[in-house]
Amino acid sequence: MLTFPIFATEGGLFDINATLPLMAIQIVALTYLLNSLFFKPVGNIVENREKYVSKNFQEAKNKLAEVESLESDLLSQLQKARSEASKIVQEAEKDSDKLYQEALELANSEANASKENARIEIEKQTSNARKQLSEQAEELSQLIVNRLIQSK
Amino acid sequence: MSFTSLISNFAELEVGQHLYWQIGNIRVHGQVFLTSWILLGALLVFISLGTKKMENDPKGLQNLLEFLWDYIRDLSRTQIGEKVYRDWMPFIGTLFLFVFVSNWGGALIPWRIIKLPSGELGAPTADINTTIALALLVSLSYFYAGLSNKGWRYFEYYVHPTPIMLPFKILEDFTKPLSLSFRLFGNILADELVVSVLVFLVPLVLPIPVMFLGLFTSAIQALIFATLAAYYIGEAVEEHH
Repeated sequence: MLTFPIFATEGGLFDINATLPLMAIQIVALTYLLNSLFFKPVGNIVENREKYVSKNFQEAKNKLAEVESLESDLLSQLQKARSEASKIVQEAEKDSDKLYQEALELANSEANASKENARIEIEKQTSNARKQLSEQAEELSQLIVNRLIQSK
Repeated sequence: MSFTSLISNFAELEVGQHLYWQIGNIRVHGQVFLTSWILLGALLVFISLGTKKMENDPKGLQNLLEFLWDYIRDLSRTQIGEKVYRDWMPFIGTLFLFVFVSNWGGALIPWRIIKLPSGELGAPTADINTTIALALLVSLSYFYAGLSNKGWRYFEYYVHPTPIMLPFKILEDFTKPLSLSFRLFGNILADELVVSVLVFLVPLVLPIPVMFLGLFTSAIQALIFATLAAYYIGEAVEEHH
């Protein structure tokens, strides 16, 4: 009734026989078969793709770096141009200021000179007029004196 | 149900019965080869279907196979190391696929429908011969890996931190195949037994979660076997400084 043959002479769970080496040979054969059917072809395609992806990624990275360096170049050029422009504007402003100042001075001095001339002329004429006036007064007083002397 | 009748029911489960094939004067377990041929045939058909028309832009089965390939590569690369994992990847992958297909095939296909004159069909990994064959191949592989990579310096590994380790390391060479083979054999056989006993005792509903657990165990055992094999090879080729 109790047939639970673990260590039976024939059969049993631990019945080790020629199945073992034959199975080992079968597994080795399977390894070679799977290597040529599965591991090699799939490995080739996956690794080629990985190479392709990493190559493209590297190229894209290089291009991005190039673009960035060009951009910074351009930016520095722009900055230089801007500072040059502002320098030119400042110089022009200074020049025009100088010109204005000079013109102003010239005009001022001219105005002063003509004012002086006018003042001298006026003084001359005033003194002339005074002299004339005093001469005439003297003449007139002589006349008066003469008349007074005659009437006497 | 009395204890004796339970025992007699166990007997009906035909544990340890084999279908013997006589080839010359050697005897082999025919049921193991039958199931392994069916399962490996299915695996090879599946793989050749998936690799028949491979494109750079993967579709369908090719996707699955590439995922599998990548999984096996990661497993062997992490265990064996960057330097020699390429040489051993096909072996590790074959171990994984063989154990996985055998375990799942044994659990998923209702072999019981096919009646044999003696014994019954089941997972090839539930036979001790298969698991010992696998484990011995792993042992040979790590010896070969160590000797071919480091020559006689491989034996430095035995006295690596101190010479005190020597007896333990020698013992390890025996315990490694022993534990590998018995772990796989025990897990798969136990799973088959539990399922068949439960099916026999409670034919409805109850065996289903156990069957799912069995599928889980089967997959885990395949992973463990492949990982340990890769780890042993990695240990053998590792350079000590």
